[in-house]
Amino acid sequence: MSFDAAVIRRDFPIFDRKIRDGKRLVYLDSGATSQKPESVIAAESDFYRLHNAAVHRGAHQLAEEATDIYEGARAKVASFIGAAESEVIFTKSATESLNLVAYAMGNAPIGNRFNLQPGDSIVVTEMEHHANLIPWQQLAARTGAVLSWFEVTPEGRLDLTQIDKVITEKTKVVALTHQSNVLGTINPLEAIVQRAHQVGAVIVLDACQSVPHMKVDVAKLGVDFVAFSGHKVLGPTGVGVLWGRAELLDELPPFLTGGSMIETVTMTSATWAPAPRKFEAGVPNMAQAAGLGAAIDYLSNIGMDAIYQHEQELTHSLISSLSEIEEVTIVGPTDMNLRGGSVSFTVGDIHPHDLGQFLDSQGIAVRTGHHCAWPLNRKMGVVATTRASLYLYNTQEDLDALIQGIHDATKYFGR
Amino acid sequence: MQLDNLYQEVILDHYKNPQNKKLAPDCDAQVHHVNPSCGDEVTLGVKLNGDKVESITWEGVGCSISQASTSILSDLLTGKTLAEAGAISEEFLELMQSKGALEGNPEVLEDAVALAGVSQYPARIKCALLGWMAFKDASLQAQADN
Repeated sequence: MSFDAAVIRRDFPIFDRKIRDGKRLVYLDSGATSQKPESVIAAESDFYRLHNAAVHRGAHQLAEEATDIYEGARAKVASFIGAAESEVIFTKSATESLNLVAYAMGNAPIGNRFNLQPGDSIVVTEMEHHANLIPWQQLAARTGAVLSWFEVTPEGRLDLTQIDKVITEKTKVVALTHQSNVLGTINPLEAIVQRAHQVGAVIVLDACQSVPHMKVDVAKLGVDFVAFSGHKVLGPTGVGVLWGRAELLDELPPFLTGGSMIETVTMTSATWAPAPRKFEAGVPNMAQAAGLGAAIDYLSNIGMDAIYQHEQELTHSLISSLSEIEEVTIVGPTDMNLRGGSVSFTVGDIHPHDLGQFLDSQGIAVRTGHHCAWPLNRKMGVVATTRASLYLYNTQEDLDALIQGIHDATKYFGR
Repeated sequence: MQLDNLYQEVILDHYKNPQNKKLAPDCDAQVHHVNPSCGDEVTLGVKLNGDKVESITWEGVGCSISQASTSILSDLLTGKTLAEAGAISEEFLELMQSKGALEGNPEVLEDAVALAGVSQYPARIKCALLGWMAFKDASLQAQADN
């Protein structure tokens, strides 16, 4: 099947609507959240219409069906990322996935490999989304561990020249993003994985911006935990994924406690069910997991390699066109080596909010601001940027509209 | 174009030629307010003379709406009594929350009526209010110190 984004768009009902007085929707904000194909909307809705019951409980047919759908979604996610089913944990969001690891590490008693002592080190990078920065700041504050970080070069790449000084014998965890939500930079992981494992640290990968856009195989990456969100990968909001290596999930204490996650309970104590249920307290977001399963089916049918190829071509075209506009400065790599389809830029003296508002008046949806990465903005010397982020349903027509919109905005605000 | 309701000439003029945009060193109170969702910032100082606002000076970075609105208020509220400034601020707040239903009274709000269009763009209301909230905060602090 050849890849045709114009045909793919027809699967997404939202593209049938008009924006701002009849304009075609040009959606360039998939880095914030993706649009949903009909099959995902139907899967979520069908769960409520036909199968709704609490999973893992109840001796009735609906409970069986709900459990099959929920566990079926887990199997699809596992196969999608090259993992075992027991290693795939459903959370409510990627933010919760990352907090789960951070809080669970904070719960680890002395003797547990995740236990942190004052003077231990937690390593992050300057290009982290707040969701993969603040949980670690807080964990450091609670435990007395020291937060260190990899710096970002002016080109928007991780500076790994000091790797042996940043990751030390004291380092217990290295948390970093696979692809920057602002710069589009795809981080090379080999050297970090090697160094982290050399000192016995675990690697937590924020894959929110990579899993939706490229083939991610957790076994090949060599990292220890991977977090991503459902809603950025064509799935519903309210469901996220945490993958962890089986032996690590065995040792990691739980984060949230309650129903479903126990093995035995007395009035004074409890023991835990094995992963993944140890980390899934309470009735989970079942309909959302069903929708995520449908999203994975949808992406798998098209093929992640084809999607990646399509986005690479569009990104290259977008960067070329932006580079031709005198007022535009791209914040992030301008070469296509290890670079994804999140493209941030500034346009002369036009503040990103004003640019975003103008583009919106043309039916073009972009993100403006600091993109939940305030420290990175400071490092790159910008207060805020405008970001266009691409996905499988974007076309050259979308990019042409954006470029025209930028030209028109320069005229509008230059008056 | 509907966008012209938002970006009136008056706003772009204030954005390009902001008034009182140089912090006076002798303020009675100085505050720093940020809009955490976008990073817009205003540092604003108030100097009082009895119950009168003697000067409002400020620095800031942000979009045309937040910067123009701060420029406009620094002109508008200077020379007013604190009670008058408070009443004008209340009227401006009401205008911003009107969802397009109010046009604003130019005899009270002067240039600030140009911001009426903001009330139809929910995401931008806090841009327009950034400087006003800073003024409210600074004037309260200045009174407390006097």
